Amino acid sequence: MKSAREPGYLLVVDDNKVNRILLARGLEGDGHQVATAENGKQALEKLRSDSFDLVLLDIEMPEMNGYQVLETCLQDPELRDLPIIMTSSLDEIDSVVKCVELGAEDYLNKPVNPILLRARVNASLEKKRLRDQQRKLFRTFATKEVADELLKTGFSLGGKYVNASVMFADIRSFTSIGEKQEPSDTIELLNNYFALMFEAIVSNHGTVNQLEGDGLMALFGAPIAHDNHREHAVRAALEMIELLKGFNFQQAAQNKIQIKIGVGIATGRVIAGYTGTQHRATYTCVGDTVNIAARIENHTKETQRPILIDQYTREGLPNEVEVEALGPMLFRGKQQAIHIFAVKG
Amino acid sequence: MRCKGRVLGGSKRKTDMSVIDQATFNELKQMSGADFINELIDAFLDEAPMMIQNMHIALDTKDVESFRRNAHSLKSNANTFGATELGVLAKELEQMAKENNLEVGARLEILEEAFSKVSEELKGMRA
Repeated sequence: MKSAREPGYLLVVDDNKVNRILLARGLEGDGHQVATAENGKQALEKLRSDSFDLVLLDIEMPEMNGYQVLETCLQDPELRDLPIIMTSSLDEIDSVVKCVELGAEDYLNKPVNPILLRARVNASLEKKRLRDQQRKLFRTFATKEVADELLKTGFSLGGKYVNASVMFADIRSFTSIGEKQEPSDTIELLNNYFALMFEAIVSNHGTVNQLEGDGLMALFGAPIAHDNHREHAVRAALEMIELLKGFNFQQAAQNKIQIKIGVGIATGRVIAGYTGTQHRATYTCVGDTVNIAARIENHTKETQRPILIDQYTREGLPNEVEVEALGPMLFRGKQQAIHIFAVKG
Repeated sequence: MRCKGRVLGGSKRKTDMSVIDQATFNELKQMSGADFINELIDAFLDEAPMMIQNMHIALDTKDVESFRRNAHSLKSNANTFGATELGVLAKELEQMAKENNLEVGARLEILEEAFSKVSEELKGMRA
């Protein structure tokens, strides 16, 4: 028998001993580790005391049936994301449809066909791994609130239009910095720098969604909508500059290189969604607003002003945030001039 | 799905009056391996009399839900082993209970007889 690509820890729930043995031995033969439960109550006890990758759940059971177990799991934040495959006889198709509509991952007819069993179980485990990876990614790149919200609303892979503020930031003349010092110092510098930037962005409701070299891209107002995303983005930028001052002070005290950054922010409609492959996916957004934000960030080099924003971002700012109009700017490849403002720190 | 319609007719043709569909049983055996077919047969022969017993009790107490569930379980297992006739009888009883009808007449006794034939045959099929 060909074994599973990556074995999982599975719970087989069935009141019928023959069915339990049949499923458990089939799955064990495929390399998985299997525990069993004889009814719904026992299943929930096991699910709450142990960490499973997948459940195979019978519908017809005394005491607490599969339907009730499924509902309970879906309402429990700890168990909500656990994939559940319903097992049923052919004539229970109505109940099965109900379960799948409710949120069951898949279903299998009994007597179970071993080839289908393996295929469905492996596909479900694969999907779970992807979801776990996404969650890990989000826990790293965004606040717990954002991660939780996304887990609650579910990861929808389809893209959609959202109104958001997009931020680009990078370190001025980083290439030459890299040439002046030891590689290990450069990596340490980058790690310290990113830690500070993440703190400023995440504490202002932003999500860092891309890192490249010394540059980063962050989103405000997506994936979680916020009315004040423009202000959040600018406040994050101001905090980044502020934190960097402290960082440079420390660097100077240790006789190490000081850095300057440029931050560009643009606001508008973007297409946001998950991109990547089944093995590695990330939330990102594309569109004109993203390009403009990148161009504005690049423009900080010429203007020697650390934070530049477009007029749409400017319109969302309260009065106490001081800005200076730098006039219209026609970026290469763009049809319309963009009014640029420098934010005073 | 493979058509199993020939099984009932087939059992009449056979001299040994088999009540187990050999193709289904062999498939099960092939999938499970010799060790585990014995475990499966034992589990069934252990549990099925309890299911039948539960059906009797359910009839006495007019517990339609319990009757239906036990008939359902028996049907499911009968189909797993290729005990086609037993499966059909259990399904019929399950269906009656679904319709809230426990006027089963002699059907439960007929099912019991069918089970003892299945039981005898399965015992002989242990590896």
